[in-house]
Amino acid sequence: MITHALNFGFFALSLAVLLNLWRLLRGPSLMDRVLAVDTMVINIIALIILFGIQQRTTIFFEAALLFAMFGFISTVAYCRFVLRGDVIE
Amino acid sequence: MEFLLELVVSVLIVLGGFFALVGSVGMVKLPDLLTRLHAPTKATTLGVGGALAASMVFFAGFEGDLSIHEVLITAFLFLTAPISAHFIAKAHLHEHAELRDGLPPTGRAQGWSTFDSLPDPDDEDDGDDARAAHH
Repeated sequence: MITHALNFGFFALSLAVLLNLWRLLRGPSLMDRVLAVDTMVINIIALIILFGIQQRTTIFFEAALLFAMFGFISTVAYCRFVLRGDVIE
Repeated sequence: MEFLLELVVSVLIVLGGFFALVGSVGMVKLPDLLTRLHAPTKATTLGVGGALAASMVFFAGFEGDLSIHEVLITAFLFLTAPISAHFIAKAHLHEHAELRDGLPPTGRAQGWSTFDSLPDPDDEDDGDDARAAHH
């Protein structure tokens, strides 16, 4: 049963990443693209977690945590650059 | 017992995938950025929360080790999602100055912080003047 649920989860999350890529491509504004990248990072974290369940290993948690941190920091850096013209003043 | 655990993990995985998909569909379908911001920040966060809860139940139930990593990732994501959404909305307003006309009045002397600078403490009427000029 978990195998089928995992297959559904992989399918749904991959479709979600494809939709994010479409939004990243279409824009239309700069912030739409930043939002698309932010959402894509979150979807990829969920994919990594599901892959860890499938492989029955906890080794991917650090990767997921790193993804979460870098996704947040890059979003904030982009927004600060747009707002202030500089990332670190 | 085994079956019950499998059922819980499967339901959590399916719910997580479903909500992540809903968030991304909403981001593609909704009309402009400020409405589009709602879908990923709420639905996708719930989706990844479902996947992390599934992982927590799975490793506690089948491998026998209760790990705290998932709680860390969940807490981090739930804390940072509203912050990044707030930043994106502010940067969007900063880029589109014409959107200030759609904002409701703040009910105070000073206007919205994205558009108006802080009122001068020496001059009490400064904020009112800025608002009057803008209306």
